[in-house]
Amino acid sequence: MIQKTLLTPDQLAENFADLHAAYPRDEAVTESSRCLFCFDAPCTRACPTHIDVPRFIRQILHDNMAGAAETIFSENIFGGSCARACPTEVLCEGACVDNTLLNEPVQIGRLQRYATDSTPASFTPGPVTGKRIAVVGSGPAGLSCAYTLRRLGHAVTVFEASDIAGGLNTLGIAAYKITTEFSLSEIDAIQAMDIEIRLGEYVDAVRLEELRASYDAVFLGIGLGPTANLEIPGEDLGGVTEALEFIAQTHTGPFEECEVGQNVVVIGAGNTAIDVATEAVRLGAENVLIVYRRTSHEMSAFAYEYELAKADGVKFEWLVRPIKFLGENGVLSGLRLQRLELVGEGRGAMLQVIPDSTFDIACDMAIKSLGQVALEPFLSEAADLQLEGGKVGIDASTGATGVDGLFSGGDCTNKGAEIVDAVQDGKIAAFGIDVYLGGLGSL
Amino acid sequence: MAGWGLYNTLTDSSVQKPDLTTTLAGIRSPNPFWLASAPPTNSAYQICRAFEAGWGGAVWKTIGHDPIVNVSSRYGSIDYDGRKMMGFNNIELITDRTLETNLEEIADVKKKFPDHALVVSLMVESTRAAWHDVVKRTEDTGCDGLELNFGCPHGMSERGMGSAVGQVPEYTQMVTEWVKEIAQTPVLIKLTPNVADIRYIARAAKAGGADGLSLINTINSIMGIDLDSFNPKPHVAGRGSHGGYCGPAVKPIALNMVQQLADDPEVGLPLSGMGGVQAWQDAIEFMLLGAGNVQVCTAVMHYGFRIVEHLISGLENWMASKNYAQTSDFVGLSAGKLGDWADLDLGYKVVAEIDQETCIHCGLCYIACEDGAHQSIDMTRIEDSTISSDDPSLPSFLSGGQTVFAGVGDGYANRFDINQETCVGCNLCSLVCPVSTCITMVEKESAIPSITWRIYQEKLQSGKIERIMPPDHV
Repeated sequence: MIQKTLLTPDQLAENFADLHAAYPRDEAVTESSRCLFCFDAPCTRACPTHIDVPRFIRQILHDNMAGAAETIFSENIFGGSCARACPTEVLCEGACVDNTLLNEPVQIGRLQRYATDSTPASFTPGPVTGKRIAVVGSGPAGLSCAYTLRRLGHAVTVFEASDIAGGLNTLGIAAYKITTEFSLSEIDAIQAMDIEIRLGEYVDAVRLEELRASYDAVFLGIGLGPTANLEIPGEDLGGVTEALEFIAQTHTGPFEECEVGQNVVVIGAGNTAIDVATEAVRLGAENVLIVYRRTSHEMSAFAYEYELAKADGVKFEWLVRPIKFLGENGVLSGLRLQRLELVGEGRGAMLQVIPDSTFDIACDMAIKSLGQVALEPFLSEAADLQLEGGKVGIDASTGATGVDGLFSGGDCTNKGAEIVDAVQDGKIAAFGIDVYLGGLGSL
Repeated sequence: MAGWGLYNTLTDSSVQKPDLTTTLAGIRSPNPFWLASAPPTNSAYQICRAFEAGWGGAVWKTIGHDPIVNVSSRYGSIDYDGRKMMGFNNIELITDRTLETNLEEIADVKKKFPDHALVVSLMVESTRAAWHDVVKRTEDTGCDGLELNFGCPHGMSERGMGSAVGQVPEYTQMVTEWVKEIAQTPVLIKLTPNVADIRYIARAAKAGGADGLSLINTINSIMGIDLDSFNPKPHVAGRGSHGGYCGPAVKPIALNMVQQLADDPEVGLPLSGMGGVQAWQDAIEFMLLGAGNVQVCTAVMHYGFRIVEHLISGLENWMASKNYAQTSDFVGLSAGKLGDWADLDLGYKVVAEIDQETCIHCGLCYIACEDGAHQSIDMTRIEDSTISSDDPSLPSFLSGGQTVFAGVGDGYANRFDINQETCVGCNLCSLVCPVSTCITMVEKESAIPSITWRIYQEKLQSGKIERIMPPDHV
C-alpha cells in the first residue's frame, strides 16, 4: 500500500545525497591537469550551449575560479544545474578525446560544478533599451531567454503558472541530482538582474494576446503537459500515478512526507523513468520494476542511467506492454502485462504480441513514465501558432514562431530534451528577439 | 616510443646481471648511484638507511669548522599543472652540526659499510691553514674521498666560500692546490653552474690538481612570489634570498655542462654528474655524455631513498638489453655527438608524419604549428555520418539509443594532415602530441645538398657555391 516513506530522516538524507560529491580543490586541480586543452575542442562543440570547456578547466588548473565561473555562466546561466544533471556521458564527456587515449574522459561535469559552486553567477544588465519582453514559463528556456535579454538591456517580466519558479529544473529532476534549494538559488541569481518572475500567473490564449499587445515581444517557454496516459482499464485506481507528480513531491516537501509503495512498477524506460525508479528505491520501496515494450538497446535512458538503476537494485522487464491495472476496492493491486517480440532488425523492428503471454505482477504503486504530451488545448487555441506534430514550430536560428513578435524554445518546441538544450534555445530566441527589436543580436 | 623502450630481458633469472660497480677518480662503489651532498646526507642515521636501501655511495653534507645557524623556512617548489616539484630550491646552508659530531659519525658509517663510497663534502674559510686542518681531520675518519664545495650559491658565498670560490678560476685553483698539498684521498671539485663558461673553472680545478669534478651544483633562483602577501617563496619572516635551484627541471642545463667538460681536451677529468636525476634514463643520459657516475638529491627529498631500486633495476635491464657488461662500456658514447651548430648538416631534413589510426583529434599539433611554428598542418572536417563505427581513432558507444563518438562534436571531427612540402621538421607537433606513437619525424630528401654551415661559408667566400635561398612558401 502507498504510504509515507518508512525511512528515517537520516537514511533519507543519505539516500538523496549528491550523486557525485563536490570536488575539493586538490581533486579538482588534479582532474583539471588531465585535460589536454584541445583546439576546437570536441567537448565544447558537443555542448549544446558551447561552453568553452578547456578554457574553464585551465582556469581551474590555474586557480582562476572567478574566470572559470564566468566562462561557464556567460554561455549557460544554468551552468550549475547542467553540471549536476547534464547527460555528460553523451555530450561533453562523450566527446572528450581522453576516451580514446585513456578510456576515461575528463570529469567535465564535476569540474563545472566545482567552478560554478566556487563563484556565484553575477551579471550586470546591459544599457537600457526601453524595450519590454514578456517571457511565459520560468523553466530553463524561459529564464535563459530572460537572462540574455536582460544582458542585452531589455526589460523582462516572466509569467509562471506554478507557485514555484524553475519549471522542470526545480521540480522534474531527481533530487539527488539537483536539490530544490540549489535550483532556486540559481533562479535568485537571475532575478537579481532585475527580472520580475510573477508566480501563479497562468497564461491562456486570451492572456497571450494581451501580452503580445502590451509587450514588444513575447517568448513562449511553456514546456510540455502531463505524462501521457496508457488508455487502459484501471488507470484511475488509487496507486496509479505519473512520473512528474512522483518526482515533484521530493521537491515540494521534505523527504519524510513523500509517498511510495512497497512494490513499485515504473512504466517506460526513458531517463525520467530511471529518476522515478531510483527515487522510489531511495524512498524505501522494497521492489522496483521497470517495464518497457522494447529492450535495453532501444530505450531512451542513457547507458549510465541504466547502470545507476541497476546499481540501485531496480529490476527490468523487457518486451512487455501493460494491458490492465488490477485493483481491489478502488486500490491498485497489480498490473497485467502481455509479452511482445521484435520482428525484424534494428530500429525498424516491429513489435508483435506473443499470443497467450498475459501475466500479472503484484504491485501497490504504478508510475507512468511515458514522456509528456504537448499542451494541446493551449497551443491549439493560441494565436496562429504553427504546430508540427504537437510541437511549436520555430526557426531554429532565431526562435521565431512565424507569429509577429512571438518567439519560442525549450521542450514545447522539441517534445522534451535536456536542460542544456532549453538554455541554448532561450539564448537563441533572446538574440532573435533582439534583432527583431532592432538590436545586433549578440553580446 | 623513441628511446624509452621497455627492457625486460632480465626476467629470465639465468641471464647474467651486468656489473654496476664503478670507480670514479679511484673511488670504488657497488653502483654508480651516489647521494649528493645535501639534506639526505646530513647524518649517519640517514646515510645508513640509504646504504641499506641500495645506494652505492654518498657525499656527506658539507661540513665546516663552525656549525652554522639555519633559517626557517628553507625550501621552495615549482609545481607544473598539478604535478609537484618539477623544480626545487633551497636556502639551507652547510651542516648545522659540530665538526666533531660529523667526523665521529663519518668514521662509524665507514666502518659499518666498508664497500660503499663515502665522500665528504668540505667548505671552510679560504685560508690554507683552515683547509689543511679540515682535510686532515676528515681523512682520519677513513672516508674514501673529499668533495670541495665550490658551488653553493647562497649564504656561504656571501662569506667568501662556496660559489664565491667556484666563480673565480684563480681561487678555484688556489684552494684546490692547498687541499692537494696534503690530501691522501681523491679530491673532487664540486662546480657551480652560475658562471658564464664552466670550462674555465674546470680547467682551473685541473690545474690545481683535482682528481675529478662534480657538477652541477644548484642554480641561482627565486622560486616565486606569493600573490597575497607579496612575500618571496620561500620566505623568512617576509624576506627571501636567492636560493639554489635543482630538480627535474634543471637536468638539461646540467647535461649541457657535463658534455662541455667531457668534450674539453683541457679538462680530461672523471666527472660525477648531477642535476635533476630522477629516473634511470636520466642517469644513463648523464653517463652517455661522459659522467662516470651520478649523484641524486631532489628525487630522494621527494620520494625517499627507495627510488634507488628503480634506478638500479632500470639501469641493469637497459645494460642487459644493450649487452653492456659494465658501466664503462657506455660512458661517454654520446659526448662526441655534440659540438658547434656550425658543424650541423644543413642538408639533413625530417618532416612530420601523422598516423591517422592513433590520432585522438585533440588539435594540439595543429594549433602549435599554426601559432608557434610554420603553419604546415591542415585541418579538415570529417562529418560524423562518414565515420565508420570501427575507426580506432574515433571510438563510439551507444547510449540512450544514440551513437556517441569521442573526438566528435557538432557533427564533425577534425582531421589533421601534415603539409610535408612546407614542414620544416622542427619536431614541435611530435612534442606536443599526447599519443606516444602518433606523430613521427621521418627523413626526407632535402633541396639542400649535404653541407655544414662552416663549409658553406668557406665555399661561399671562395665562390664555389651559390647562396642558398629560402623556398617560395617562406
